[in-house]
Amino acid sequence: MKYTKAVTSTIEVKDLVKSFGNVQAVQGLSFCVEEGTITGLLGPNGAGKTTTIQMLLDLITPTSGTIHIFGKEYQSDREAILSKLNFSSPYVSLPGNLTVHENLLTFGRLYGVTDLKGKIEELVDFFEIRDFVKKLTYNLSTGQLTRLNLTKALLNDPKLLLLDEPTASLDPDIADRTRLLLKRIQKERNVTILYTSHNMEEVEEICDKVIFIQQGRFKDEGTPADLVKKYGHEDLNDVFLHIARHT
Amino acid sequence: MKWHRIQALLIRHLYLYRRSFPRIMDIVYWPVMELLVWGFLSLYIEKMNAGFNAITVLLGAVIFWDFLNQSQKSVSIAFLEEIWEKNLINIFVTPLRLSEFFVSTLLVGLVRLILVGIILAVLSFVMYHFNLFSLGFALIPFVLNLFLFGWALGLFANAIILRFGTSAQILAWGFLVMVQPFSAVFYPVSALPSFLQPIAYLLPSTYVFEGMRSVFMTGTFSTAHLFGALIANAVYLVVMIWFFFRMFAYVKKEGKLLKLEG
Repeated sequence: MKYTKAVTSTIEVKDLVKSFGNVQAVQGLSFCVEEGTITGLLGPNGAGKTTTIQMLLDLITPTSGTIHIFGKEYQSDREAILSKLNFSSPYVSLPGNLTVHENLLTFGRLYGVTDLKGKIEELVDFFEIRDFVKKLTYNLSTGQLTRLNLTKALLNDPKLLLLDEPTASLDPDIADRTRLLLKRIQKERNVTILYTSHNMEEVEEICDKVIFIQQGRFKDEGTPADLVKKYGHEDLNDVFLHIARHT
Repeated sequence: MKWHRIQALLIRHLYLYRRSFPRIMDIVYWPVMELLVWGFLSLYIEKMNAGFNAITVLLGAVIFWDFLNQSQKSVSIAFLEEIWEKNLINIFVTPLRLSEFFVSTLLVGLVRLILVGIILAVLSFVMYHFNLFSLGFALIPFVLNLFLFGWALGLFANAIILRFGTSAQILAWGFLVMVQPFSAVFYPVSALPSFLQPIAYLLPSTYVFEGMRSVFMTGTFSTAHLFGALIANAVYLVVMIWFFFRMFAYVKKEGKLLKLEG
């Protein structure tokens, strides 16, 4: 199946390959993420999502293929790309031995944010984290950590956000609030979001488009509603099972 | 290179020292204990009329050794701190460059070195009437060379940790001990067996300790020792920076950066 080339792509991945010895984690993957959308990158465990995300973040060097972000490549424009991109994952923590405020100051300085104090104030209000801004990060609950990670992820006013299972291990209430926040961020700031999750209900609710990958290859893409219709299933969860089991 | 990114990491480490008693102890406790042990030993040796100024030679060596130790340790701790706190991914998805990361660890080391230097200089003067500043101008290039060599060794230990994972972090603590017997810290190079003497001269630290003894014992500053240290340091720094870059490229190729934090 072939991917659709977007008119205005924030991310364009072409023939991406990543091998670890004899294991091919990603095998000629191509896809586009359209500007200003929330796109879900879906696939079963071992499909190559994490490896792909890490290549998009320049944490893993691809074996071959190209990645264009904002039309630029890491080899020549690493700084320009990373200054307009941010990342959040519950599996990657911020230093626990710094307070929330110190963490925000550190990352704000790393991104060279002008009027850092003002920006932190704005985001502290946006994410309602004022109550624990002076707390050590160690002492935060999972929900508070998620909000802190998202606050950090917006410090540099990113044009692209890579979110790796942002609602994992959150209770349904906090997960719902997080989704609402993400929708608000996308709407108010016109941020492009690439989103991974194993919660298909959530993906259906939040994503404009989804890309399925399987065994490191592109499988299909479309809006959640179109895919449900195309595969003749009840919901995206069944589509996921269909794609995962019929390869 | 952007100063705001270097400053961000420098301040990030200083936040930790501000509130962490164990970290302050790490700067104060070990150097002071070592100074006390060697100080009393030096007094004892002097009472036995050993024929040389033990306080000057041994205390000078202990303080200089601590400078090297602090420099190496601070580079390694600054790096390990990011691994322990699972923060490597966060900082390397910012526009931070490796060179900026290096410079920030260098500055963290410099801050530690200045603090340790002040504490040891004051304490050794008060307790043993040893004036570190009697080295005069020579003090600056000697300390600078030890600082750079410690930094190079710290980079090497960090590159090994990158390549082999956190189980190799014991190197961060033990590597310098391996260098000590050949650096002629407490004895001249001539005291080493002849087959080890060429090895000793491969280390910048050897030139510094020989040079320091020369100033303390004869009052002459040896430019040959200074240049020897500078040249050896230049070689070590180039090789270690290259090695660290290679290892960083390796972990990126193998996808081990995230696993390093696991």
